[in-house]
Amino acid sequence: MAHPAWILAALAMIATITASFAQQQELPVNSIANGVFVHNGQTAQMTRENAGAIANVGFIVGQDAVAVIDTGGSLRGGRQLLAAIRARTDKPIRYVINTHGHPDHVFGNGAFVQDGTTFVGHANLPRALAARGQFYLDAFRRTMGDQLIDEIRIVPPTLLVSGTLQLDLGGRILIVRAWPAAHSDCDLTVLDDETGTLFAGDLVFLAHTPVLDGSIRGWLSVIGELGALPAERVVPGHGPVSRWPAALADQRRYLETLASDVRGLIARGEPIGAAADTAANSERSRWELFDDFNARNATAAFSEIEWE
Amino acid sequence: MGIACALPYIACVASIRAKVVTMSGYLFRLFGVVGLLLCGAPMALAAETRDLWPGLVQDIFNGRPMNDGSDVIGIEMPSRAEDAAIVPVTLRTKLAAGDSRQVLSITLVIDQNPAPMAAKFQLGPNANVSEISTRVRVNNYTDVRAVAELSDGKLYMTKTYVKASGGCSAPAAKNADEAKARLGQMRYRQFAKTGEGPASGAREAQIMIGHPNNSGLQMDQVTHLYVPAFFINELRLWQDDSLVLTMEGGISISEDPNIRFTYVSNGAKRFRAEAKDTEGHVFQREWKVEDSGT
Repeated sequence: MAHPAWILAALAMIATITASFAQQQELPVNSIANGVFVHNGQTAQMTRENAGAIANVGFIVGQDAVAVIDTGGSLRGGRQLLAAIRARTDKPIRYVINTHGHPDHVFGNGAFVQDGTTFVGHANLPRALAARGQFYLDAFRRTMGDQLIDEIRIVPPTLLVSGTLQLDLGGRILIVRAWPAAHSDCDLTVLDDETGTLFAGDLVFLAHTPVLDGSIRGWLSVIGELGALPAERVVPGHGPVSRWPAALADQRRYLETLASDVRGLIARGEPIGAAADTAANSERSRWELFDDFNARNATAAFSEIEWE
Repeated sequence: MGIACALPYIACVASIRAKVVTMSGYLFRLFGVVGLLLCGAPMALAAETRDLWPGLVQDIFNGRPMNDGSDVIGIEMPSRAEDAAIVPVTLRTKLAAGDSRQVLSITLVIDQNPAPMAAKFQLGPNANVSEISTRVRVNNYTDVRAVAELSDGKLYMTKTYVKASGGCSAPAAKNADEAKARLGQMRYRQFAKTGEGPASGAREAQIMIGHPNNSGLQMDQVTHLYVPAFFINELRLWQDDSLVLTMEGGISISEDPNIRFTYVSNGAKRFRAEAKDTEGHVFQREWKVEDSGT
């Protein structure tokens, strides 16, 4: 009969192996165009179970180097993305581009810190990370747990973009563009010229209720300009890879409905709480996570539109 | 704020304010950094949810006894903070019409916030203010309390519970450039009071002040320096020369402070507002009572 201590030791070993396997495994990615790979995040809130892997993240491989676009919602997810890259190419990772500062897009940055890798972000991104980084770490400890949160480092960009910037991966040019306040106040898009693939970050949502954390009026105006970008397909921040610019239609309708409902409430002298209860309710059946985000969007929209 | 708070981070904020008038920008910043670093990490403290109320009674109310306020003052908030930066709160006096006591002031306390004393409202003696709505930041799962001081010299407390928001909501600016650009703008709006004829004099109005109301509790991850606190700490509202309402504000009040309130008209023709912030700016505006405007 085995000694209990041996059984415990064996169990501990299995647990360790399982845990390290979970950390080493590759993030599943699809090749959506020549040299362009995307992990399609789950439409959900960040939890311990999904390790924060709720946003779309991806990478583009040029002749000389690789660019990573967003790093996911945990360091573990970042390492898994790195493993997925290394399974496909051994070219150096020259750039890590953050499309904005939300935790589901930047918490994996720490996995990519090494000589020769430059972090790229909107000129406002360092300020946003300074104002929010520690709060996010504290807040997500509640839903993701100590193990995932303890190892996360907030890594701000050092190559800052205002206007546009071209990044060269060797025979492949990425056009990075910084936008005025829209989804957030530090949104970037990345256009791969070669394949007409647009990584829109959270400037574009599909299926997942759009999240307003910048300016609703700014976002509606940015949508107008985005639609003119010469892309064939979009990788939205959340939701499936889709045809461009048709992918903008649902989100535009949602934001226009929200803005119009909120304007009506303000004109009638209703308080801000009424917006959370009623604005854009006609959109409920068209989106996932509606009750998680719509009341919050309505509150944010109200506090902006009341200054019109 | 003018209220002595023994909690370390409050003391820091209060100290920064005290230094603001006399110290140069550089020294102010240096002082703020040293002060806050000595105070430890405020957000880490905020993440815990132990009962802070006994200490807050000591610090904010000098340990005065708290009476049950359920018949005196109501507090309404959503049970979940949808947006951590903008959580609506309404305070409503409940004294019966024949009650000889008056509400002198209402203090709003958010137990688990880095700066729990959100605001203290003093009610003008003749303005009959019965309802005040504003918006606050909520960092955590927390009790939120209204403490009314009545003319009988006693304090009455009532409370509600609010869950922090989920997702990427944070108690910080959404559009930091816009917030700066709006600094000092003021707006006034008069609402039609439903069910009350103009003869009753019952009115409802709103004052909005453009201000980032920065908490100063945000650490720059690169430099590890704290952003200095910068917020509206005093607001006074009059109808002609009669005081309607004052607010001593803290950093828990949302960006672009917004106060909506009911009062009774004394027949005044003008409505006046004066706000001061922690950098010594004074914002003043005056409107015709009946005209909403900027």
